[in-house]
Amino acid sequence: MHPVLKLVIQRLALGLLLLIAASVLIFVGTQILPGDVAQAVLGQNATPEALANMRAQMGLDQPASSRYFQWLFNALHGDLGTALSNGRDIATAIGGRLKNTLFLASVAAAISVPTAIFLGLLAVRYRDRWPDKLISAVTLTSISLPEFLLGYVIMYVFSVQLGWFPSVSNINSGMSLWQKLNAVALPAMVLTLVVLAHMMRMTRAAILNVMQSAYIETAELKGLRRFTIIARHAMPNALAPIVNVVMINLAYLVVGVVVIEVVFVYPGMGQYLVDHVSKRDVPVVQACGLIFATVYIGLNLLADIISILSNPRLRHPK
Amino acid sequence: MNDEFRYLLNRAARGTLDRRAFMGRAAALGVAGASASTLLSSAVLAQGPRQGGTLVMGMQGGESTNSLDPALAASQVPYVYGYCAGETMLGLDPAGNLTPKLAEEWDASADAQTWRFKIRSGVEFHNGQTLTAEDVAQTLRRHSNEDSQSGALGIMRGISSIAVDGQYVVLQTSTPNADLPYLLADYHLLIQPNGGMDDPASGIMSGPYKWVENEPGVRHVLEKFENHWDSGVGHFNAIEILVINDATARNSALQSGQVQLINRVEPRVAGLLARAPGVHVESTAGRGHYVFIMHCNTAPFDNNDLRMALKYAINREDMVERILRGYGSVGNDMPINSAYPLFDDAIPQRTYDPDQARFYFERSGHSGPIDLRTSEVAFPGAIDAAQLFQESAAAAGIELNIIREPGDGYWSEVWNAKPFCASYWGGRPVQDQMYSTAYLSTADWNDTRFFNERFDSLLIEARGELDLARRKALYSEMGLIVRDEGGLIAPMFNDFIDAHNDQIAGWVANPAAELMAGQAPIMMWSAA
Repeated sequence: MHPVLKLVIQRLALGLLLLIAASVLIFVGTQILPGDVAQAVLGQNATPEALANMRAQMGLDQPASSRYFQWLFNALHGDLGTALSNGRDIATAIGGRLKNTLFLASVAAAISVPTAIFLGLLAVRYRDRWPDKLISAVTLTSISLPEFLLGYVIMYVFSVQLGWFPSVSNINSGMSLWQKLNAVALPAMVLTLVVLAHMMRMTRAAILNVMQSAYIETAELKGLRRFTIIARHAMPNALAPIVNVVMINLAYLVVGVVVIEVVFVYPGMGQYLVDHVSKRDVPVVQACGLIFATVYIGLNLLADIISILSNPRLRHPK
Repeated sequence: MNDEFRYLLNRAARGTLDRRAFMGRAAALGVAGASASTLLSSAVLAQGPRQGGTLVMGMQGGESTNSLDPALAASQVPYVYGYCAGETMLGLDPAGNLTPKLAEEWDASADAQTWRFKIRSGVEFHNGQTLTAEDVAQTLRRHSNEDSQSGALGIMRGISSIAVDGQYVVLQTSTPNADLPYLLADYHLLIQPNGGMDDPASGIMSGPYKWVENEPGVRHVLEKFENHWDSGVGHFNAIEILVINDATARNSALQSGQVQLINRVEPRVAGLLARAPGVHVESTAGRGHYVFIMHCNTAPFDNNDLRMALKYAINREDMVERILRGYGSVGNDMPINSAYPLFDDAIPQRTYDPDQARFYFERSGHSGPIDLRTSEVAFPGAIDAAQLFQESAAAAGIELNIIREPGDGYWSEVWNAKPFCASYWGGRPVQDQMYSTAYLSTADWNDTRFFNERFDSLLIEARGELDLARRKALYSEMGLIVRDEGGLIAPMFNDFIDAHNDQIAGWVANPAAELMAGQAPIMMWSAA
């Protein structure tokens, strides 16, 4: 078997194992949450009778292990169950939310990834001169500010003062693509600022690392333009670490944007998850956890495979 | 005001001149923008409701777990959309009087144990069905059923039989209850076809608006129900409720004009928000209160001297000033204030008195620190309030040890479980309901573990007393018992603070709850 293929299969198997381990953790985690679903659903208005009825109805009395296998089996068949709190089908409800989350994440990624890599290249080109320092200063400032503050500042400037974009990024299926893009403009802007620095710094560092190599000197002596050297010769060899960081940030855009969702009232997965955690709606929390774990593991797997493939020594073994 | 300006004002109020043009011409006549705007809104108010337009609200208190089943409503968004889509038998006006809704008239037998309600005829549900007395009876039966998980189960418990007699619904109570009609105004008790026995979460009811879109925790859209019986409500063509749980996002949405009405403005930004152009902040003194509660049966709080010491050791004025920023009033260690009917304002106000506190503390014989549990979810500013309490108590030689609890699980692990903690109460329409919910010895939520025979017998007596002067005297004595012997430290009653912009009009404060007691979307109208 081709060694690359073998490596890729190994990675995939490892990813699957990790996913199963994650599912166990998610299940155990939701079991040890304090409080109880029925209490949380009924809130401060609960009476003891209503509480007892709800507990019996939800079957909270069965052993945890049998509930785990039943849940895993159903989840593999695409059946995530129904939400305890409002009796809605979880797969349908999550479907819409996941689509929204992926939409916002793709818009933010489409802006931030090319920008970060381009700025990284630019920073290397003008290393230790003012463009490099300016890029670093701006991106590091934006990553150092808490997301919600960045969100409020941007909201104040672009929505309340200038009135360019809406401060409530509520999207629904009746909107055209253009309307949706307009609605997510502000959250996408904030997310871009949040993830930019990490990717930009890694691009800069990785490329600077290979810039010391002999073949770069050769390229310089050939008389190539400096930016061409960086983009065409240095970058491909620095790809592995860059891809890793890009993937981590993409995963973050999918699973970690709950604060931005709250600030801009965006109907994504994060807010959905938080609502159900506070209501102890265990099936929904488990389903969200599983999806987040899949996204995280999947993207990291992709990063691993890309870096394996980008390594010529692995692609062309002796 | 000259004639030309008056003419313009009239036209603008009727809507034949648009707002922008009006402001421009007013400026040309030398009327400053702000006063022209104020004059316009009062002219609009005088003109009466205008039909049409869409109301967009930004609200706190919605979750993706919300259901359309009125029995499960527990937060602000289901509370408000419930009143858009559904109706109760009776309503409460801003003065606290009962108003007829689906019940046209009602009367009680002399012993206040049999109540007859005449159900309005010609009322149509959104599915075309006609409302009958049987639908009303079935609704009440569903909420009285132990399986219903209804938040109204507690208040339905006193009803022993529900019967239909032609156009009438006849209720029997196990003990005399002069306040029964008030209980039927509870927001859970929205009348559904066949009482919602078939499909409780269908959203089909008889209210002025019917459902178009329901995305829990995100957005709710309702449109006008043309065949609604009451032309006095439902002036907008459509209502859109956006769930905006973040306070700053809510304020921005109002300021940028994306929404016209918001709830839960934080006291610390209310002043700033009111300065924004075209924004009106509405503050309503209500019955909700922020409290510190002690279990009267648990050491060291089983000693009334210690309870008195703590009651004297809290600075109420300071808390209203610093925690509520003035949007509230001082409490008097009883759960009742002047917003309740039959309130006795002759009861003296307790004030901060370190000397008295020290005196009672020494007499109690207690020494050492006292644990006080608090959390940011207990009420807005609860942690700061506990710290202020700690300081004012320290001046009287009482050491409070503040334990900060996580918000998650506070209502199940701390409140009604630990002997001394911070909490809040939303208030009830009448004194009887407030006392029955939390101060009667047998109440589920007797969160101060207050067991007082005299108090219990007064409460039962007052409940069946149809003579108002006598009832007021009974309530006054009960208030004094709780104030001087109970486990409640009530430093402040909070105002409800809502805000709207000048595109809508018709605001009338209602002390029962926020957003005109949930009636704002069906009572207000478009002014743009």
